[in-house]
Amino acid sequence: MEKLSTEQLKKTASQVRRDILRMVHEVQSGHPGASLGCTEFFVALYFNQMNHKSDFSMEGKGEDLFFLSNGHISPVWYSVLARSGYFNTEELKTFRKIDSRLQGHPATEEGLPGIRIASGSLGQGLSVAIGAAQAKKIDGDEGVVYALMGDGEQQEGQIWEAAMYAPHHKVDNLIATIDFNGQQIDGPTDAVMNLQDLKAKWEAFGWEVIDTLKGNDMESVVAGLEYAKTLLGKGKPVLNLLHTEMGYGVDFMVGTHKWHGIAPSDEQLENALGQLEETLGDY
Amino acid sequence: MEKTLETKFTYTEKQDTRSGFGDGLLEAGRKNPNVVGLCADLIGSLKMGAFQKEFPERFFQVGIAEANMMGLAAGMSINGKIPFTGTFANFSTGRVYDQIRQSIAYSEKNVKICASHAGLTLGEDGATHQILEDLGMMRMLPNMTVINPCDYNQTKAATMAIAEYEGPVYLRFGRPKWPIFTPTDQKFEIGKAWKMIEGTDVTIFATGHLVWEAVVAEAKLREEGISAEVINIHTIKPLDTEAILESVAKTGACVTAEEHQYNGGLGDSVAQTLARNNPSPQEFIGVDDSFGESGTPTDLLEKYGLNADNIVKAAKKAIARK
Repeated sequence: MEKLSTEQLKKTASQVRRDILRMVHEVQSGHPGASLGCTEFFVALYFNQMNHKSDFSMEGKGEDLFFLSNGHISPVWYSVLARSGYFNTEELKTFRKIDSRLQGHPATEEGLPGIRIASGSLGQGLSVAIGAAQAKKIDGDEGVVYALMGDGEQQEGQIWEAAMYAPHHKVDNLIATIDFNGQQIDGPTDAVMNLQDLKAKWEAFGWEVIDTLKGNDMESVVAGLEYAKTLLGKGKPVLNLLHTEMGYGVDFMVGTHKWHGIAPSDEQLENALGQLEETLGDY
Repeated sequence: MEKTLETKFTYTEKQDTRSGFGDGLLEAGRKNPNVVGLCADLIGSLKMGAFQKEFPERFFQVGIAEANMMGLAAGMSINGKIPFTGTFANFSTGRVYDQIRQSIAYSEKNVKICASHAGLTLGEDGATHQILEDLGMMRMLPNMTVINPCDYNQTKAATMAIAEYEGPVYLRFGRPKWPIFTPTDQKFEIGKAWKMIEGTDVTIFATGHLVWEAVVAEAKLREEGISAEVINIHTIKPLDTEAILESVAKTGACVTAEEHQYNGGLGDSVAQTLARNNPSPQEFIGVDDSFGESGTPTDLLEKYGLNADNIVKAAKKAIARK
């Protein structure tokens, strides 16, 4: 896949945000907040960083693989997959509707290209990504495995089982990212269940931890992922703490948990799309 | 002098079914380089040591972290590995039901969940380490194949067969030394019931350790002039409904025998098949809505009514209800 320039990436991000809002609005259901917050990350990954083929194979031999653990942010992933050529953007219209391959949370059962495992029940994706990374090592496959988790998701115990396992087994072909937006359904993570010092925790488990402080700045996100890659192959897994803002790009959605899982009205959609003028052409 | 019971199958040796798993895994690993093993700190209990020794690069010690193990296995399967996970049956199912549901069954991953120390016969460790609900839980999951073999040889054959089968499988076995009465070089056909003894008055459908008890029960019934058919249901799902219906059409009554709750296991599976197609008298040998407890395997089977004598009583009751 051809690498896009920063300018093209920014334009793509604007289009992906338009897709997210329109998908969620159309069905009046879905999770726009963290989808908007993670848009730079997804766009940077699929259009600049990952070595992948839109001619999808489940095994992905020789390719970089991505696993989404916090499956509720499916709108951003579906949009990026469609815009990368995995399937026709027209299909985004079917999101969360009956007989669709675009299930509310990602699934393999309906056979949507680009999806390798179901997610939605939180805490499972890092384990899967580590397994995939180890399988690549057995095969001498040099592909990198990427995973994305939520910060609220860090409250699941399985995360820490996986955190303990990967350094012990020297899984150093893995870059896991935490979407560190500080929000979860019931409110700020600090209020719901304080995560304390996440960086210190992951470092204590034996990970190489980097901070990407400007998680909604394309140059910064790309630079963070580039740097993360230089840390691979040294006996440690890499954790990327991606500081984002939930709802980024739409002024009335930004920085609050209130848009975690609700859809904009007709007027709110129009207002939001007015703030995201750069477009590659809506589906 | 008491006459020796003449069973249609005999045994000269006892061995645990988990050893059948360990030996089957080693052979599967030799045949197919994609077979990998994962274990949650129970390598000795699961008999995975020989595989670990021969294929260290394909074996992963996970530690006491079963949820992570299920996810790792799902991930490894994505690029074509055939992961076999090993821990006790309780921790292979109830503890990680959601991980199996989402990352393995719903995602249709080629993971083999291998579960030892199932049922009551784990014995002295008591109810926390026994499990009598696992067949039900795994059977309810769409896409999941559920296998419960009866002795060392059948467990070994089943282990090798599931390595060649594409899709999620739950394989259940136990700890105690149990009679080996099936052939060494048997072919294991997933989903195909095995009619071990022909009969005309009643059918005994049995699974796991209770297949041997059914063989003994058949001999006891024969001495009383009752002809029992014994069918080995090693695959609970997909269930061989054709074999079940054909046998009950002939005998007109049946007993199901399993080291599991009545609820959710073989008994429920057969009852559903009969209710839909040919309602017939059925008696249930299994645990009646109860947890287990500490005791020797033999004492527990007797206390909870899971032995040949109870199968004999149940068979007579089923016949009387025709």
